[in-house]
Amino acid sequence: MRRIVLAVLGTVTGLVMLLSFKTHPASTASVPALVAPVTPTGSDPAGSPAPGTSATPGASTAPAAGSSAATAPASTHSAAPVSRTITGAAADTRYGPVQVQLTVGNGTVTAVNAVVYPQNTPRDYEINSYAIPLLNQEALSAKSAQIDMVSGATYTSEGYLQSLQSALDQAGL
Amino acid sequence: MTATVAAGRTVHVEHCMGTAFTVDVRDPGDWQAAIGEVVTWLHHVDAVFSTYRPGSDISRLQRGELRLADADPLVAVVLDRCARVQADTGGAFTALSRGRIDPTGLVKGWAIERASALLRGRGAVNHAVNGGGDLQLAGEAAPGRGWQIGISDPHERGRVLAVVGGSELAVATSGVAERGNHILDPFTGRPAAALASATVIGPSLTLADAYATAAFVLGRDALRWIEGVPGYQALVVAADGGTARSSGWPHG
Repeated sequence: MRRIVLAVLGTVTGLVMLLSFKTHPASTASVPALVAPVTPTGSDPAGSPAPGTSATPGASTAPAAGSSAATAPASTHSAAPVSRTITGAAADTRYGPVQVQLTVGNGTVTAVNAVVYPQNTPRDYEINSYAIPLLNQEALSAKSAQIDMVSGATYTSEGYLQSLQSALDQAGL
Repeated sequence: MTATVAAGRTVHVEHCMGTAFTVDVRDPGDWQAAIGEVVTWLHHVDAVFSTYRPGSDISRLQRGELRLADADPLVAVVLDRCARVQADTGGAFTALSRGRIDPTGLVKGWAIERASALLRGRGAVNHAVNGGGDLQLAGEAAPGRGWQIGISDPHERGRVLAVVGGSELAVATSGVAERGNHILDPFTGRPAAALASATVIGPSLTLADAYATAAFVLGRDALRWIEGVPGYQALVVAADGGTARSSGWPHG
């Protein structure tokens, strides 16, 4: 299951990167503005700390790469099974870092959120507020793809770090 | 970095030839020594065949400082394979274009195929070797389950547009994804532009890698050509986004 989750994570990272590229066709540089709107609750059975606290837009927060934390369901759903969040490594794009978090419950991806993404200008915000929900949909529809390896046109050593193959390898490293 | 993940899986990622190689062994046991041999092999291939390293045999041959007879014997082996593939592809693949010696389009696949054979020789029956998106697969990913390979979408990196399953299988993809228009059409001298990517599957990665380069160059003629090559199938993605598969491409 972990492999599948990470595969989806890689897919999402790719999508986020693509989307964030599209938002800045003419930009050459940017100062990353980060937001980490996730406030995990509950505790991780494995003992990992929660990946950061909520922050206001513009504040720099860098959740730990690859960290995971259990998220207890809301108290009104106390009978629901415990779900888990997995935060992917931040991918540095030339427009700023992008980081994605998955929520997994009962072996199924139940939510995908970009916890860090470029939002330097009002235009970014406008596009991302549309793109992120779209992203959630696409990632959820891709979750059933069980793959072990990826074939694609030659990537550079740097590009590998953000690739879907890298996500698959991390499942085994 | 190598890790034995659980009983039955060892993964190593090695950066070499400007890209990343993943060695993924799905047999129980200690594979550190065998993987070490693979790593040494890959770096040796880079040292001999790199067109970026001034001291490589290929660079020295290019400058006339080295005779073929004095070069690493593997150079003659590879150039011979290149010549055969050039004939197979009607010249769409060539290691000798416009005065340059450049077997790059075949060397990586060949190196990976040999790495896979090396692992098999050390007893790793079930494994995959992936070098920058070109793979040689052996055995199974898990008992009773063949390898499932995602073909990445050249228009949306990180997305998978097709999945192909298999056991003894090579999968190679050529395209423009990260390094720009880097495949020159030997017939025109200009970058091939009709396709965004070409994926070739078949038993040998040496051939699949070179055939993927040829298919990319052939563009809209790629499928017609691969239909005449026994044992190999292709999936092409057009620059404008459409995809097409040869008639024997596996379904599902």
